[in-house]
Amino acid sequence: MDDVIIIGCGVVGAACAYALSRYELNVTVLEAGSDIAAGTTKANSAIIHAGYDPVPGTDMAKMNLEGSAMAEDICRRLDVPYERVGSLVLAFDAADLQCLQTLLERGQMNGVEGLKLLSGEEARAMEPNVSGQVQGALWAPTAAIINPWEYCLAMAETAVKNGVRLHRNCRVTDIRREQDGFLLTTTGGEFTAKYLINAAGVYADAVHELIGEKEFTIRPSRGEYYLLDKCEGQRVRHVIFQCPGKEGKGVLVAPTVHGNLIVGPTAGPCVPEDVSNTAEGLRQVCERAVKSVPTIAFRENIRNFAGVRAASDVPDFIVRESRSVPGFFQAAGICSPGLSAAPAIAKRLTELLSRSGLELHEKARYDDSRRRLRFTRLTEGEKNELIAKDSRFGRVICRCETVTEGEIVACLHTPIPPCSVNGVKRRVGAGMGRCQGGFCGPRVQEIIARELHMDPVDVMLEEKGSYILTGETKGGGARGL
Amino acid sequence: MDYELIVIGGGPAGLAAAYAAWAKGLRRVLILERDRELGGILNQCIHNGFGLHRFKEELTGPEYAGRYIEMLKATGVEAKTDTMVLRITQDKCVSFLNPVDGYRTVRAEAVILAMGCRERTRGAISIPGARCSGIFTAGTAQRFLNIEGYLVGKRVVILGSGDIGLIMARRMTLEGAKVLACVELMPYSGGLNRNIVQCLRDYDIPLYLSHTVTDIVGKQRLERITISAVDADRRPIPGTELSFDCDTLLLSVGLVPENELSRQMDVEMDRRTNGPVVYENMETGVEGVFACGNVVHVHDLVDFVSEESSRAGEAAARYILEGETAKEPLLTVENGSAVSYTVPQRIRPAGVDKNVKLFFRVNRVFGKAVIRVRSGETQIACFKREHMAPGEMESVILPKALLPQGGVLTVSAEEVEA
Repeated sequence: MDDVIIIGCGVVGAACAYALSRYELNVTVLEAGSDIAAGTTKANSAIIHAGYDPVPGTDMAKMNLEGSAMAEDICRRLDVPYERVGSLVLAFDAADLQCLQTLLERGQMNGVEGLKLLSGEEARAMEPNVSGQVQGALWAPTAAIINPWEYCLAMAETAVKNGVRLHRNCRVTDIRREQDGFLLTTTGGEFTAKYLINAAGVYADAVHELIGEKEFTIRPSRGEYYLLDKCEGQRVRHVIFQCPGKEGKGVLVAPTVHGNLIVGPTAGPCVPEDVSNTAEGLRQVCERAVKSVPTIAFRENIRNFAGVRAASDVPDFIVRESRSVPGFFQAAGICSPGLSAAPAIAKRLTELLSRSGLELHEKARYDDSRRRLRFTRLTEGEKNELIAKDSRFGRVICRCETVTEGEIVACLHTPIPPCSVNGVKRRVGAGMGRCQGGFCGPRVQEIIARELHMDPVDVMLEEKGSYILTGETKGGGARGL
Repeated sequence: MDYELIVIGGGPAGLAAAYAAWAKGLRRVLILERDRELGGILNQCIHNGFGLHRFKEELTGPEYAGRYIEMLKATGVEAKTDTMVLRITQDKCVSFLNPVDGYRTVRAEAVILAMGCRERTRGAISIPGARCSGIFTAGTAQRFLNIEGYLVGKRVVILGSGDIGLIMARRMTLEGAKVLACVELMPYSGGLNRNIVQCLRDYDIPLYLSHTVTDIVGKQRLERITISAVDADRRPIPGTELSFDCDTLLLSVGLVPENELSRQMDVEMDRRTNGPVVYENMETGVEGVFACGNVVHVHDLVDFVSEESSRAGEAAARYILEGETAKEPLLTVENGSAVSYTVPQRIRPAGVDKNVKLFFRVNRVFGKAVIRVRSGETQIACFKREHMAPGEMESVILPKALLPQGGVLTVSAEEVEA
């Protein structure tokens, strides 16, 4: 029997696994999907928020601040792209200026450092491409951009390296109380544990109600985005927000750690996992974004996507023990700023587990580090040294992002290896560029099949059923890719 | 100096350019090709119809590439495959990467840019709907079928009537797939007329003009798409939706010259073509750097790529052996009415041998028409055409004697009254 089972391996589940992996505990993470970091974690604004938005005194406010402070350190230790670029909230009229004042006061109450009100001229001096209509701005130097899925992967990989077990393709279908713990039935077998953590994102209410009474309802909210080519990546240097409205933080324009420009999101109710784009949603993104930055060249778009926020009917994060099921801890309703708050949520849950009787003894040996080889970042000498050892680092597979075969092979042998084309994309960036995998997709599929001893036809784009190939051509022409 | 000439890309443009440069006397020529074989996209174009102009016979793509590869074998032109060029500087230092040489920088007296083009993707046109599997650019699907030997689907809709899409409609049909429709946003096809006839009509595949894909449904793999008619501003018209149950959507929605290396080295670009601005001899704004083929402007026929690239190769040889072309006088070529671009964009009469060939495209369909070339207000040449369409590249030949000594040339297309 495990001490703790974590249900769900998005950024919150991964942060919990990472936090608990320091201690002498048996911990298992169960992920419903074929890969981790593949839900809300991979499709959001990729921002670590400064923390002036949440209402003072809420868990959201506290955990945003604490999580943001922890993120920079975690990213340095675990080699996750993170840049503290700062953010500007723009004001276009008197009501907006009043809103900036409110945000400033909230931020100060929340403990956000370095907040400053700027005039329109000062904002434009800092960010020349913002609209001439801007009357003022709130500057928050602590806001950062991050690679959200690598953040999740890095924490999960470190946890696994330190003894946490991860099982993918294990959707929890039943939870029962056993004498000294819980019995979980999943699509991948049965598991038992003394304590449970629910980090099931948009399914958190359903998972809780497998054994508990209704305490909250997840109200999924979809946000649609544009991701523009790197030639637009310098359009702004900071995260550019508008004043928050009743639909959340509004449309932002921001550089990404990959060098692209991200524009979005919208907000609207949806069913869980409905990550389709809509013509109306995309139109709204464009219309609202050009209010902030009129010169965005949307013709340089390389991808649209949508993410589903796991918001709930409670106006705060739900980070506590279930009221009806002792020993079952909830991390539910983790909408924005959930990515920012994740390590603080994990810290709170660790404290709650400890208070409820789980003994925490730090491991004598703990490897709190991770390095990912990024070929393009190496010096010329390092590149040649590496190629001399393994010539596959001399073969570029993804032309747009300059990802080598060596890097793809390496990621297939990490603690949490990918098994799909998108899984490889999340780990090394192959297919993330302007051709969107048009050239490298077949090569990546070939490498996955070769390294994992699979038939290329069985290599999926993402989940089971998302097949790419339907069989061989007439006469069995396939040369085994 | 490591080489006289380095050619970036070993597709049809690079092969023809390198061969012509050798034939004109260069002896230290290097081709750098990122794929595993020379030949570029021709290797996956296993249909025929290539070479009618260049070799006066009908060849498949691999055969056409094979001709040039054989011709090059008889020369001392060096080629490195599996080699990615990462950077080119204005003083012609070329940095590349491959498994044998590692990361290396070599220098040449001249460089020819022949990187070709890539396909526009779903993102470029922001098609709404689910992001399931089963959505491919036509060229990626073609690679899977013709190079790798795998089928990508069984019930297919094709968006865009570009040539690769049309060719794939036939290819998928021959492999046993059902091609349900070819959908084109514009009121006319973007491909060659011969492909409309031979790839769609011959197989009873319906072509929906002035339509586009407005929704994509599929949880894991594509299940259904919806198309809608569009109005004159290309906006979908509500109420005209038509659905197809299908597992595959192929996109043939245009090609973009691949000029990341050109931009990185600050070669002047033309917004109309998305390619470098070139002179009459295919030289770019950077002296000694030439460009040819689809990296300059997207061609319909490989034969014309070879012809243009031969001129670039010869010009590079002349530049190295005889020196640069006099910069003055200079003519600029501009769009007249109904013309969407011209190549070359600039002409140095001093660099013109006997005549200059101007390539261009019209921006709408014409019946009987006349092409007028004017210098200022004065017409210097006019050419008759029976039919013109945006999907078919046009060209006219201007004898050197007609070229004015400076100023602006405009090329325009006009309808002829019946």
